[in-house]
Amino acid sequence: MNAEVKQPKVLMKVENLVKHFPVRLGAYGEKKAVVHAIDDISFDIYRGETLGLVGESGCGKSTTGFALLQLYKPSSGKITFDGLELTAMEEKALRPVRKRAQIIFQDPYSTLNPRMTILDAMAEPIRVHNLLPEKEIPARIAQLLDDVGLNFSFANRYPHEFSGGQRQRICIARALASNPEFIVCDEPISALDVSIQAQIINLMMDLQEKYKLTYLFIAHDLAVVRHISDRVVVMYLGKIMEIADKKELFDNPKHPYTKALLAAVPEADPDHERNKSRVILTGDVSNAIDPPSGCRFHPRCQYAKDACKKAQGPQLIKVAPGHLSACPYF
Amino acid sequence: MSALLEVKDLETQFKVRAGKLHAVNGVSFSLKQGEMLGVVGESGCGKSVTMMSLIRLLPPSASITNGSVMFEGVDLVKANKEQINAVRGSKIGMIFQDPMTSLNPFVKIGVQLSEGLMYHKSMRKKDAYDRCAQYLDMVGISNSRHRLEEYPHQLSGGMRQRVMIAMALVSEPKIVIADEPTTALDVTIQAQIVDLVKGLREKLDTSIIWITHDLSLLAGMVDRIMVMYAGCVVEEANLRDLYKDPRHPYTIGLLNSIPRLKNNENRRLRSIPGQPPNLLQKPASCPFASRCAFKTERCDRENPGLESVPGDDGASGHRIACWADTRGRI
Ligand SMILES: Nc1ncnc2c1ncn2[C@@H]1O[C@H](COP(=O)(O)OP(=O)(O)OP(=O)(O)O)[C@@H](O)[C@H]1O
Ligand SMILES: Nc1ncnc2c1ncn2[C@@H]1O[C@H](COP(=O)(O)OP(=O)(O)OP(=O)(O)O)[C@@H](O)[C@H]1O
Ligand code: SF4
Ligand code: SF4
Ligand SMILES: [Mg+2]
Ligand SMILES: [Mg+2]
Repeated sequence: MNAEVKQPKVLMKVENLVKHFPVRLGAYGEKKAVVHAIDDISFDIYRGETLGLVGESGCGKSTTGFALLQLYKPSSGKITFDGLELTAMEEKALRPVRKRAQIIFQDPYSTLNPRMTILDAMAEPIRVHNLLPEKEIPARIAQLLDDVGLNFSFANRYPHEFSGGQRQRICIARALASNPEFIVCDEPISALDVSIQAQIINLMMDLQEKYKLTYLFIAHDLAVVRHISDRVVVMYLGKIMEIADKKELFDNPKHPYTKALLAAVPEADPDHERNKSRVILTGDVSNAIDPPSGCRFHPRCQYAKDACKKAQGPQLIKVAPGHLSACPYF
Repeated sequence: MSALLEVKDLETQFKVRAGKLHAVNGVSFSLKQGEMLGVVGESGCGKSVTMMSLIRLLPPSASITNGSVMFEGVDLVKANKEQINAVRGSKIGMIFQDPMTSLNPFVKIGVQLSEGLMYHKSMRKKDAYDRCAQYLDMVGISNSRHRLEEYPHQLSGGMRQRVMIAMALVSEPKIVIADEPTTALDVTIQAQIVDLVKGLREKLDTSIIWITHDLSLLAGMVDRIMVMYAGCVVEEANLRDLYKDPRHPYTIGLLNSIPRLKNNENRRLRSIPGQPPNLLQKPASCPFASRCAFKTERCDRENPGLESVPGDDGASGHRIACWADTRGRI
């Protein structure tokens, strides 16, 4: 393949993004501290691709998704979306961008207003952005609900009347309602059974082809990530550890953290699972208030050397075309 | 050995605008002391409502219209308020599917976690807090002392889920009902939670009901699996039989939809075509009939009961609700 000819186009450019949360510690909040939720991360998202984002709970995935869409103001760094520098824009100027870039939240309950019927909740983005005449809205919503495997007869019910997985699908349908170009999908299918997961993944891939959608797909299920992503970013404690094409990352992982993550994936086979000795990562898990010096993974890395603890942690370096890793030793 | 929990012919309905919604339609199962039972089934099939019915944590629009739930000589369906309160939380602990609905956003984590210990076990505040911090450590939340002083929104999605897990386990109940407890957790922490629960079972002989869509996770964990569809139990078998010799057409479809980490190159996943039935009518024929490849004329007339699988004398406890003999026909 000639890389010059098929240069993918960058839709979203993330440069040196930082998000810190000031918090108060101690029983009476007497001590100030800072949560280093994301610390200087940079990556590109290409138009039309699915970029998977994986990593341990609390490593900063949702915060990254929120910051990308300016739902959290980043502490520093630059985010550019289709040539627009979002980090330099006022809330009012961002409005047209919000139609083009949507998010499916991790927690479906907090997204849906408990006092709004499903119909109104789904119509909201259509109405806010004036996308359709009022009388065409029900048909559009019926189509969206059908896409996610739900019946239009559900539309007049309230969020609490649904099962967990049904609510999650309503959120997916709602995010699609304004015909966005880019969607941050934060664990969008984690509460669904495998058959419906398969249906939704197929749907998302179909929509992507049809409308050239771009996804940032946050998930912890590596089999799903492998299935849907073109490229994958691995995060650990607010930093990027590895970025690579899907196939390269799964077949040829370089970073010790990625390797540990892959080794822990269970298989749907009782014989295999019973005989497997799991490599469970040991050591203290993420503490974003007082992150370790040097390579953030060093307290749990079985290959850690003294040099890994030195103040300036390792940078992402190119180990193969399109493959970056933040460990200089592998 | 006799059962610790015996559920018979349980039926639960919701009053909705369009009439009655039949969420649970005659569920029977038993749970032995120290046993671990997995529950799977399509989104909306009644898994959560079944478990909420057991401890009668249902919304006012719901009613249990039939059946019994025997626990320690008491029928929980008929038990009075005091009897139920004595069981809930301290003897039967529940990990809810939606952490944000069960965590109070305005109350610090520590207060919510320690409540049960102080109320049911009359522990002093300091001891209760010590124990809670210890449980947060066990579910892999670092800096646990500090976390006790935080509010739910300051935690990541996966941390909130682990707080829920700690909350159910901290009072060391006889039965733990876990409703999709690890959906927001990555594999390494999942493995840690599974080990924790297994350890608890070893130490205290706790019985566990684990609802999940993640068949890979169950494969390394439970003794028996119950498959639900449209408010009915459609298959029940010990772990190995269910994976190696599934008999109900729905179970077969479910196992075929799992995305695998290996041999994952074909783009489309297999899903089960069609939608589950509208539960406004109680199923009179087989509820899976409209989606079933094995359907015969009888399936549209009569709803099959749960019986031993063809070719089995009943000793293995492998049962299905299906008229067909699916052996060798997949
Ligand atoms: N408060 C309610 N009012 C009306 N219907 C409800 C209510 N709660 C649940 N239901 C309906 O009852 C059925 C069973 O719901 P339940 O929550 O038990 O499903 P589930 O198997 O747990 O699904 P999931 O895997 O998506 O969590 C669903 O069809 C749901 O729409
Ligand atoms: N509003 C907030 N205030 C204070 N700390 C926060 C806030 N939101 C997130 N954090 C902290 O930032 C860190 C990263 O959280 P984030 O929600 O991005 O994690 P995540 O990778 O999405 O995890 P999960 O997989 O569990 O959802 C965590 O330590 C979390 O406690
Ligand atoms: S830099 Fe050192 S501690 Fe970090 S992953 Fe590499 S070997 Fe391990
Ligand atoms: S009873 Fe008939 S329709 Fe139902 S699952 Fe069996 S074969 Fe299919
Ligand atoms: Mg998150
Ligand atoms: Mg549920």
